[in-house]
Amino acid sequence: MEDPLAAIRVTFFQECEEQLSELESGLIAMENGTAESETVNAVFRAVHSMKGGAGIFALDELVRFAHVFETALDKVRSGSLEATPPVVAIFLRAADILADLVRAARDGGAVDQARVADVVKAFDEIEGQKEIPGSHEEEMVADPSEAQDNVWEVTFTPYPALYAKANEAALLLRELNRLGETEIKLDTSLLPELLELDPEGAYLTWLITLKSDCEESDIRELFEFVEDDCRLEIGRSETEGFAPGTVITGDNGFKFEFFPPMEEEIEEETEVKVVEKKKEEAAPKPVEQALVHASAVQAMVTKAETANSVAPTIRVDLDRVDRMIDLVGELVINEAMLSQRVLEAGINRASGVAMALEELEHLTREIQDSVMAIRAQPVRSVFQRMPRLVREVAAMTGKQVRLVTEGEATEVDKTVIERIADPLTHMIRNAIDHGLESTESRIAAGKPAEGTVRLTAVHRSGRIVLEVADDGGGINRSRVRQKAVENGLILPDAQLSDEEIDNLIFLPGFSTAAKVSDISGRGVGMDVVRQSIQALGGRISISSRPGYGSTFTLSLPLTLAVLDGMVVSAHNHTLIIPLGAIMETLKPRAEDVFPLDGDLNMLALRGGYVPVVDVAHCLGYSVQHAEPEQSVALLVEGEGGARAVLLVDAIHGQRQVVIKSLEANYRAVPGIAAATVMGDGRVALIVDVDAVVQNAGAESNAHTAELNNLEISGGAA
Amino acid sequence: MSMTILTVDDSRAMRDMLRHSLVAAGFRVIQAEDGLHGLEVLAAEAPDVIVTDINMPRMDGFGFIQAVRQDEARRATPVLVLTTEVDVEKKNRAREAGATGWIVKPFDPVKLVDAIRRVAA
Amino acid sequence: MEDVVQSLSDGHELIAFRVGRQEFCINVMMVREIRGWTAATTLPRAPRYVKGVINLRGAVLPIIDLAIRLGMPGSEPTARNVIIVVQLSHRQVGILVDAVSDILAANGAVIQPLPDVTSDLVKSFVKGLLPMDGRMVSLIALDRVLPPEELEAA
Repeated sequence: MEDPLAAIRVTFFQECEEQLSELESGLIAMENGTAESETVNAVFRAVHSMKGGAGIFALDELVRFAHVFETALDKVRSGSLEATPPVVAIFLRAADILADLVRAARDGGAVDQARVADVVKAFDEIEGQKEIPGSHEEEMVADPSEAQDNVWEVTFTPYPALYAKANEAALLLRELNRLGETEIKLDTSLLPELLELDPEGAYLTWLITLKSDCEESDIRELFEFVEDDCRLEIGRSETEGFAPGTVITGDNGFKFEFFPPMEEEIEEETEVKVVEKKKEEAAPKPVEQALVHASAVQAMVTKAETANSVAPTIRVDLDRVDRMIDLVGELVINEAMLSQRVLEAGINRASGVAMALEELEHLTREIQDSVMAIRAQPVRSVFQRMPRLVREVAAMTGKQVRLVTEGEATEVDKTVIERIADPLTHMIRNAIDHGLESTESRIAAGKPAEGTVRLTAVHRSGRIVLEVADDGGGINRSRVRQKAVENGLILPDAQLSDEEIDNLIFLPGFSTAAKVSDISGRGVGMDVVRQSIQALGGRISISSRPGYGSTFTLSLPLTLAVLDGMVVSAHNHTLIIPLGAIMETLKPRAEDVFPLDGDLNMLALRGGYVPVVDVAHCLGYSVQHAEPEQSVALLVEGEGGARAVLLVDAIHGQRQVVIKSLEANYRAVPGIAAATVMGDGRVALIVDVDAVVQNAGAESNAHTAELNNLEISGGAA
Repeated sequence: MSMTILTVDDSRAMRDMLRHSLVAAGFRVIQAEDGLHGLEVLAAEAPDVIVTDINMPRMDGFGFIQAVRQDEARRATPVLVLTTEVDVEKKNRAREAGATGWIVKPFDPVKLVDAIRRVAA
Repeated sequence: MEDVVQSLSDGHELIAFRVGRQEFCINVMMVREIRGWTAATTLPRAPRYVKGVINLRGAVLPIIDLAIRLGMPGSEPTARNVIIVVQLSHRQVGILVDAVSDILAANGAVIQPLPDVTSDLVKSFVKGLLPMDGRMVSLIALDRVLPPEELEAA
């Protein structure tokens, strides 16, 4: 059984991440001057909410810092502090520290206290804020009474407001009885004649004598909710103890306070007036009581909507969405099965049934798209993390960098978003560290001192395309080439186009950094980025112009829940090959196939040789090898750019399939990436192209040099 | 019959925490994410006590309490404000709006439960 | 295994089924569904007792041929065979058997231990013998029907 508090803690930290990114985007909007009136409120709320949550878990450091931050933001909100660029810059630094504090609280570890102190000091300077959080509350905790055995005299006169706020005098008196021996007298002298009696009025006064060793504060605590809505006098014979605004505190920072009494509220009538005054902004005209509620709510809805130009949203458990996606996947399959049956039954395509079915198919696809869209989220959440990264890397490298982002609203599946953050981080780091020249070199080259890194997202032909572009010096091809030769990745006399040279940086182990830098490191280079992108069914490419900079282009599927696949058969088994891995389909000729060693064949392809993988044999479906000339060949590219030709018996077309896990009820199967359910209701397996290609690579281990050559010549996708 | 408490807070962590504390005390807990959502919930539910935050998107606690007090059927329902605000002006606004009480977070679960029991008639 | 014994005394029901000439039973609480045989999709390089995977309302379910798993000679399944879908911790697995034979009330049943001569393979599945109306029913534990992870390399 999971500890509920641990689960709440997890939720809290998840929310903190959301709020941190909200905070940062809001502050950046303020920095760019694109802030709307609601922005400051949202920024304030983000910090405020983190503070509140941190309080639950006694994360004192976080609470303290959030409080200082929040106080400054509140001043901006109320207009007493202007959000000038230097002020916003401090807010941004504070947001970074807040993020560090959150992560330190979550993962353990410490936060650089000097940085915290710097920012706190900066806050002090910009707004003369000297308050230490908590001190304010401390001052209010005033408890003038002293403990003594005593006879207390309590006079308690509820105002109508007490009853209006659903408090109950009798309950309070019963509570009082618990403190000690009580003697209660009811003063009804103010009670009017029945006919004059206002049913919502308040006419009674209780006089209570309490024998107890309790303190005055104990008695006040009982009345804490109602203190402002009644006249409460507590005293010993010689002292008057009436002290409005008393604060009650608990051991854990609990604080309860009564609102100070309001003169207007003695009469019910005036209270209504207050409400109506408030209503001016909410409901324009006083209406019949029964209608007030509806119109007020209506007005508030309208108000809330206009104040917040963003469309209303709801928050739904991801599990529920995934369940729905599963069900829709089922619907798609069932629809396909039905179509197939109808087709098999020989029903005329022009018949009513067939046409209705077509309509159903159309609707089903539309539902599927809509449901998938629920999981789609704007890439904003990832993009928002980048300004901070840029600030940090810029500071570390001593370069001046401006980050420009475009297409933040571009949507992609949540899973994809979660998994592109790391590759993008790496690429942006790389763009600043390796792509941009030093400030001196830029000035010498007649460029602006400040380098620009542009991060963009756009939808293109059913995929999301992300670009990281820098206006640096471009790829130093002679150095890349030299490095590749040194590392034995290419032969010294290899003939490579510029594009092919540029793509060498994606080869495993390749690093162009002249010296090891603590930013990009060595060995974890673009090959890692390429691998993680390919694991998502994506592709990465680079284009570069000497003197003008480099652009990395990522293309990713919009969702990981469905996949575009080629339906093939191999030895009577239906299989799916991911379309993203397929470069082209070929009809091999016998004379182009050459045995290399053992079982391994190579296919001659445009002057190179590619290993041939017989899919049925590779998966153990068939002992016999398929005849290449009676097969269809698919040229595929796996992880790291390794290529192979897959032999299958036939191609049955392309279709979008819903990905089903094999691990959920079974376990991972070598050579198989996942499963799907076909139109006939049967399970078809999705081939793990990387594994199959690697398998081919392993069989030809002895010929690494040639293979590497092939990889390179094919690298420019 | 156990009492039903409506909690209105935009923080999931805070809602979960409230639910945890209040369910442990034997209350039935219903939740809303902001004031508007709270009003939607109130259209279908009649909680014995409402505990609400102040700073929330869409409709804040002030607006929410006002709307509750204008609803004939809900005007007698005790509304406790649970907030980190220490600003006196905010407190007064909550009071004007018709709040029953004002509790500053971090709350003490035992005292909160006690408070709820006492305001619920 | 203790779970099974425990539930026996709790008065739970057992579902009995035939595999070859033998009769087995499991706690009815484990059973999610009983369905007819449908052709399974063969998995590459799987042990012989893994018949493949089927689609059960969108979930991909492995099918275990219990006869082969228990070391009996298997036969090609037909439409008369039955798949018992069982819940094993967080996984759902289909168990291919010949037929479901009975629902038994476990009240008061005395479990008799296996004789020493039993093979290790059978011992790892069969936890005891139950005398039921003159029949011998083997109480079987299914937690090890799936291939162990080390077989993955095979």
